[in-house]
Amino acid sequence: MIKFLTQFGRYFLLLKKVFSKPEKPVLYYKQTLRELVYLGLNSVGIIAIISFFMGAVITLQTAYNTENPIYPKYLIGLGCRDSMILEFSSTIAALILAGKVGSNIASEIGTMRVTEQIDAMEIMGVNSASYLILPKMIATLIFNPVLTLIAIIVGIFGGGIAGTLAGVITTENFIYGIQYAFIPYYIVYSLIKTVFFAFIITSVSAFQGYFVNGGSLEVGRASTKAVVYSSVLILLFNVILTQLLLS
Amino acid sequence: MIRVIKLNKSFNGKQILENISVTFETGKTNLIIGRSGSGKTVLLKSIVGLHEIDSGEIWYEDILFNKLDFAGKKKIRKEMGMLFQGSALFDSLTVEQNVRFPLDMFTDNSLEEKIERVNFCLKRVDIINANKLFPSELSGGMKKRVAIARAIALNPKYLFCDEPNSGLDPITAILIDALIKELTEEYSMTTIVNTHDMNSVMEIGEEIIFISDGVKCWEGNKNDILNSDCGTLNDFVFANSLAKKLRALNK
Repeated sequence: MIKFLTQFGRYFLLLKKVFSKPEKPVLYYKQTLRELVYLGLNSVGIIAIISFFMGAVITLQTAYNTENPIYPKYLIGLGCRDSMILEFSSTIAALILAGKVGSNIASEIGTMRVTEQIDAMEIMGVNSASYLILPKMIATLIFNPVLTLIAIIVGIFGGGIAGTLAGVITTENFIYGIQYAFIPYYIVYSLIKTVFFAFIITSVSAFQGYFVNGGSLEVGRASTKAVVYSSVLILLFNVILTQLLLS
Repeated sequence: MIRVIKLNKSFNGKQILENISVTFETGKTNLIIGRSGSGKTVLLKSIVGLHEIDSGEIWYEDILFNKLDFAGKKKIRKEMGMLFQGSALFDSLTVEQNVRFPLDMFTDNSLEEKIERVNFCLKRVDIINANKLFPSELSGGMKKRVAIARAIALNPKYLFCDEPNSGLDPITAILIDALIKELTEEYSMTTIVNTHDMNSVMEIGEEIIFISDGVKCWEGNKNDILNSDCGTLNDFVFANSLAKKLRALNK
């Protein structure tokens, strides 16, 4: 329990350091642009691929579970749309990003710690926590909602393609379904969740990397911990945010 | 000048440094020597503030460094340069960007001025035509030189070197030592070097302290070290067979 509270305290002290006034805002701006490419743009491919197939599978599963003629066919499109918007685009994409981006952040910062690069920054008088973590945080907070929107669009597109090719629904029915009883707030809900998840992924992973002690083995462990803790927190906050935003 | 008074440091209840008091003179190459695990690096990192000390005082001129807050320490740190054991160059930056990093952070100079300063520092450490290379493309000796160039980019008053020639061949090691000594005299810096290399001791050891098991056992210069009465120091100095033979011949 004491260990948990100590870690909890260290996490918030690190956040305090991260959000302190930057030495040279222009350098942070450049660093943020770099992170937007590394952590954001470079994740578009994997998010698009996974969303496409998720959309396809949701459509096919919905179709095979609603074969009864009393269910109108357009429900397949509606099911795909709502599943993608409410859960898959934000939560599942966040879990994937926790694996990709989270491990990347923890191992990058962890390696910098064990090779004394962070000490070198501190010696120069640079606030290493802020310089290394804040741009990553801003980049993911900006870009993860974009990734969520991409996931929604590609997922629904994948669902439409799979449904049509498998012959379980016509294109017209699918398009009618994705337009039927559309609630725009669901997108807002999804984006709010994404912003929270982006913060969790970046801060938890950076925390794991920043306090690594030892060598390459410990960096590997920190990277694994970053993914596990981020994923658990994402699932926990998914429940809390759903209750708060949809109740 | 840096003064350390009755410094104590422990990790998880284990005493690493005990009652260390020492003065490091300006314009001189001050050496901290001792066996691996004796506490040299902990002492150096405590002096620069990377480790919080348990008790004692660390004075930079007339400023009590260890009692300063983050902003106060930051001010002093802008006057420090440090060469780490593994060089600690930023992997994602080129040689030029590495040396330019402190200039980008703490000066308002134009890009041309900064590049001019970078080239001057790199030339000073004999690194030519390597501006666009990444650290992974450099040899161990070149990495140390680039790290020295980065450390002197802001004209520091204090230079700290942790095992500057570990992992280097004897000739490159002597060149690095000579460079540190030259820079110390040229810029009148207070330089502290951690080493367990006796070649370095005999080359650049103007003021030397010997640490064993976290305790300062001896203090002197390179001329005194061969005639010391300190048993643990003699075991350290005459550890290899060549040194033992030379001592026997001398006697």
